[in-house]
Amino acid sequence: MPSPSLNKVLQRARRGLRQHLTPGRGAVASLPLLWLGLFFGLPFLIIARISLSEVVIGLPPYSALVDLAESGMLQVRLNFANFLLLWEDNLYLDAFANSVHVASVSTLICLLIGYPMALGITRVRESLRVPLLMLVILPFWTSFLIRVYAWIGILKGNGLISNVLMSLGLIDEPLHLLHTEFAVYLGIVYAYLPFMVLPLYATLSRMDNALLEAAADLGCRPLCAFWRVTVPLSLPGIIAGSLLVFVPAVGEFVIPDLLGGPDTLMIGKVLWTEFFNNRDWPVAASVAVALLALLVAPVLLFERFRERGQSE
Amino acid sequence: MAGPRPELEAWQDPTAAPLVEINGVTKTFGSHYAVDDVSLTIFPGEFFSLLGASGCGKSTLLRVLAGFERPDKGRVLIGGEDVTDLPPYRRPVNMMFQSYALFPHLTVADNVAFGLRQERIPRGEIRQRVEDMLKLVRLNEFARRKPDQLSGGQRQRVALARSLVKHPKLLLLDEPLGALDRKLREHTQFELVNIQERLGITFIMVTHDQEEAMTMSTRMAVMNEGRIRQIGTPSEIYEFPSNRFVAGFIGAVNQFEGRVVEQQDDLLLVHVDDSEGDAAELRVRSSQAVAPGTPVVVAVRPEKVRIGTTEPPAGDNRLHGRIEEIAYLGDVSIYHVRVPDGSLIEAQLTNRARRAAAPLTWGDEAWLGWNSEDAVALLE
Repeated sequence: MPSPSLNKVLQRARRGLRQHLTPGRGAVASLPLLWLGLFFGLPFLIIARISLSEVVIGLPPYSALVDLAESGMLQVRLNFANFLLLWEDNLYLDAFANSVHVASVSTLICLLIGYPMALGITRVRESLRVPLLMLVILPFWTSFLIRVYAWIGILKGNGLISNVLMSLGLIDEPLHLLHTEFAVYLGIVYAYLPFMVLPLYATLSRMDNALLEAAADLGCRPLCAFWRVTVPLSLPGIIAGSLLVFVPAVGEFVIPDLLGGPDTLMIGKVLWTEFFNNRDWPVAASVAVALLALLVAPVLLFERFRERGQSE
Repeated sequence: MAGPRPELEAWQDPTAAPLVEINGVTKTFGSHYAVDDVSLTIFPGEFFSLLGASGCGKSTLLRVLAGFERPDKGRVLIGGEDVTDLPPYRRPVNMMFQSYALFPHLTVADNVAFGLRQERIPRGEIRQRVEDMLKLVRLNEFARRKPDQLSGGQRQRVALARSLVKHPKLLLLDEPLGALDRKLREHTQFELVNIQERLGITFIMVTHDQEEAMTMSTRMAVMNEGRIRQIGTPSEIYEFPSNRFVAGFIGAVNQFEGRVVEQQDDLLLVHVDDSEGDAAELRVRSSQAVAPGTPVVVAVRPEKVRIGTTEPPAGDNRLHGRIEEIAYLGDVSIYHVRVPDGSLIEAQLTNRARRAAAPLTWGDEAWLGWNSEDAVALLE
């Protein structure tokens, strides 16, 4: 049974929805809203609440926000020390900065590789397009973790690359590819490339070929037509693909943990360490909240950009 | 609609230099001949139409001229220069696309300026030329809008302005009025011809609408299955179709299949197959010498067929039949008359004449007749 106050909130939400949508559409819209509320909103609130508590030894390993003091007063204690720590301890800021750096570079590499791929798929004859798209999606059929582990086998000292190069006589000693910055970039680009290719393909395949012909007709060489017509028209795909790569790459934990070295400093790893090694849930939670704020900003910017584009 | 023109048209003048020469162009897609050995000469200042049903190859021919399709055989010359192997961006030609192909991310002014920005033209001049062109198509107030904020007619005019702003020697128009509604189309026909005459640019237009081709063109080519079936002025093609396809494609026509019996000067006596009496003997003018026994089709337009109750003198082209249907089209009425051999003949009467003449109605017996010089003999 929902409490009366919750009922009131739901009622108000329902009324608000009805103002904008017809009843049938309201029902359709409320389903994803419910889903988001249940699986995103609620967990986030829990995390936000933990981030404002203090670490204690016990179960759960954080203090309560509301307690009854000895004087009989109900007191709410919000602890902002965790967020201050993030600001004061260079470890966190460095990890944030490095994560953003790694994610940005990876996104750029994904774009540089993914754009020609997506464009190529739109240009081949129709019967080849679906098989090529399938090849892009195919890696998803294997567990993400297993694919990252596979890279260990390929990159490690006596792994595939080193062995092949050594047997060809190109190198004398095994290459130290694993546990390097390079391996982290490789892993992220490999893992997130499909997220770049698919939205790019979606926008590029919708583009009217007559527009390129019109550009050529007006004196534009192919490269000029690419810059003046194809790129601007695929901007929504570029932005969507970049966000889909950038956002998860910033918080990525598995790839830097498995492929990166001990000095690879990324916020996802820091988060893991705080939660599971240090058992400092409040600090870990505040890292998560800060990370979310960091990631929501570009999405909001994108939304605003899109709205402006539509209203223009 | 066309303004006054010189006595001798360019295509009749043997000394005139052609602007476009298409020599034996063939373009296949797989085993399908989209354009099949087409040769065509177009002169400066012409408004030339390629007319045909969809799939007849007219658009492919236009795309060959623009440079989007490379012909398998044959050459294309523009202004005496062989452009067959030149890419579109190096041809002195611009095209107005059927879908308009306006750049959705650019404003109207930027769409029009697109082609000029390629050419290192000073900014001020670009602005001036864009402004002039937008004024010409009466869109100067819409310069800052995006294409999706315009009506269909406005988009059509942006496309026209964009394709004209570079002052091409030749403008190619692919069904330029196809997406407009009827009323706007008639108005725009007029406007296009005006602009063409004012700028003196040669136009080649692809259309499936015969009325459009007839009202706008100086000359036109009727195409079917990749081939040109006839080239001529609209009146030549309408009055003197050279084959059955053209006669049937342009306007309505009554056709009688038969054989030539004899030729008297420029008059052919034709025996119509499977018929007797008056209907079996038709006279038709022909400037060619035709041997007796040659199969021939006598074609006569409904508006050339007289209909009445009085019997035309024997020896005229005459048929007797019963009126089966009268279609009232506002300005004219079309009579469908069943003649003894079973075929339906169409006769057209203006409603002014219909009211003046003896009232004919459904089921009446009527005489049909026409002058020998109003019919054509199709030998193909």
